[in-house]
Amino acid sequence: MNSDTPLVQPRGVAPLRGWQPSRGAAVAASVVLVIIIAACALAPLIAPYDPTVQPNILASSQPPSLAHPFGTDPYSRDVLSRVIHGGRVSLLVAVLATLVSVTLGTAYGAAAGYARGISGAVLERLLEALLSIPRLLLLIAVFAAWREVPIKGFILILGVTGWYGLARLVRGQVLALKAQDFVASAHALGATRARVIIRHILPNVLTPVVVAATLGLGHVIVLEAGLSYLGIGVRPPDPSWGNIIQDGSDQIAAHWWISLFPGVAIVLTVMAFNVLGDALLRELRPRQIETG
Amino acid sequence: MTQPLLSVENLSTWFHTSSGVARSVDGVSFAIGAGETLGIVGESGCGKSVTALSILRLIQPPGRIEAGSRIMFEGKDIVTLDDKGMRGIRGNRISMIFQEPMSALNPVFTVGDQVAEVARVHGNGSRQDAWNRAVEMLSLTGIPSPEERAKQYPHQLSGGMRQRVLIAMALMMTPALIIADEPTTALDVTIQAQILELLVELQNRLGTSILMITHDLGVIAETASRVVVMYGGEVVEEAEVKTLFAGAHHPYTEGLMNAMPQITASRGRLNVIPGTVPSPTEWPSGCRFRDRCSYAWERCEREHPPLYQISGSHTSRCHLAVEPERRAHPHLPLVEQANATV
Repeated sequence: MNSDTPLVQPRGVAPLRGWQPSRGAAVAASVVLVIIIAACALAPLIAPYDPTVQPNILASSQPPSLAHPFGTDPYSRDVLSRVIHGGRVSLLVAVLATLVSVTLGTAYGAAAGYARGISGAVLERLLEALLSIPRLLLLIAVFAAWREVPIKGFILILGVTGWYGLARLVRGQVLALKAQDFVASAHALGATRARVIIRHILPNVLTPVVVAATLGLGHVIVLEAGLSYLGIGVRPPDPSWGNIIQDGSDQIAAHWWISLFPGVAIVLTVMAFNVLGDALLRELRPRQIETG
Repeated sequence: MTQPLLSVENLSTWFHTSSGVARSVDGVSFAIGAGETLGIVGESGCGKSVTALSILRLIQPPGRIEAGSRIMFEGKDIVTLDDKGMRGIRGNRISMIFQEPMSALNPVFTVGDQVAEVARVHGNGSRQDAWNRAVEMLSLTGIPSPEERAKQYPHQLSGGMRQRVLIAMALMMTPALIIADEPTTALDVTIQAQILELLVELQNRLGTSILMITHDLGVIAETASRVVVMYGGEVVEEAEVKTLFAGAHHPYTEGLMNAMPQITASRGRLNVIPGTVPSPTEWPSGCRFRDRCSYAWERCEREHPPLYQISGSHTSRCHLAVEPERRAHPHLPLVEQANATV
């Protein structure tokens, strides 16, 4: 409620300091996201080729042309089709993992903020301990050990390791809200603890959670791409933005189109999420200040 | 008075903090009859709000109601009631009006929703019934066009309007007792009078008892029939309002009376009671008011005064009751003497 810094600061993709997105930028970001999400959702209808079929191994790594606007990869697969299908996987992973994180983070934060005495202190210390674990290293270790991780497990682990920051944020908000008269008033009127938390506290936390989730989406997309690039995320032949970049990485100078287009897709999507998150933060802040 | 509605007996609420035990409420007793308004008056820190919260058992750790305290309400002892029983009382049989109408309403719900919630918490009737009753209550508290107002959010309402909403919430279940903790302190003077009038009118109509907690003797004069003066976590004087205004006995009450600005008095400095309420972790020995009292003598340091009966139902915790001749010789209170020598 009091800070100018984004609630969840995605490492490496921090929104630009000092530059505040205008409403126009937020609208543009929304349009970009709608187009990207629609294209990914309708991938089987839109993509010109099957993303996993290798039609002609002799036509590998063709530069962009009318038949293949984004060129082909070393296995002669159509890069455009792979980027569209890969986006489907990347976005789905990001959205589901963020849902898992937001649910866990909100629940834990609410409990840690509301609990008093020893249980509150234990929850707080545990959260501090979890926050001190470097997420990327943990993920690399986990996926190195669990080599054949199914996509569900991948999403779950991304989600389970991504909620600490949000939990800390929610905890702080709940601590502040708990001291508000309307919470005391709700108790004085006979409401149960569960009712006070669910009906009076959580709705007041919703705003920062929505903002944090939006910014968090961008972070998870980058994380997924990084892990898939390292070969420990989404496994080939299933495309994801990260592993398509990997496909082109050993010949980046000669066959730049293979890595460039998925890279552009990542940058556009993540930027759009960040601009949107910042705009939401700014739009929703006056209400937050009013709530005291 | 036959059977009082609420009787607080020897209530002690102490806060066990790392820097000592704060005895915020220390052996307080009083009773409220059905339909009666009892005023509790005192400065900040005298324990009046903690007393109110104790009655609803809303004291948070490290605070707790000490053994030996009893709060009898409708035949039950609130101190030993289980949580479920307590929730059945809160908002239903006893409700509370908070001081700050700004922060006592949830900013993200409409006011109608919040008034209706009280009925839903106490689990009778449908959502629609609760809403209709909420609109009815808003109308009863004098909110114009209550149906439209019910659909508005707290920030769209003025302070006085919000206080009316809080009163509507408090009255939703027609409780036997309303605890009003400084209900008018945060409001403009003109609105204050309206809200007090409204409370008195609704009380007459519904037969509710009111525990009026305030630091403002003017509010007491307008609403209460009996008054309890608290100081240092104790009751220091209790009397009918008329008796008290005709002649307060305890020097603290006298000070409070003198501190009220008089419109007829000649201009000049306002009267104040010197010093501040001592810390509840270290009440002075003997009389807790003695440092600030202009009559204090050595007995006040040695002996903690009991509640002496002055007349009928008038009691006072001051040794002047047994040595009335001391009143003829006021002196500078200790806190002032200390200042004078510095």
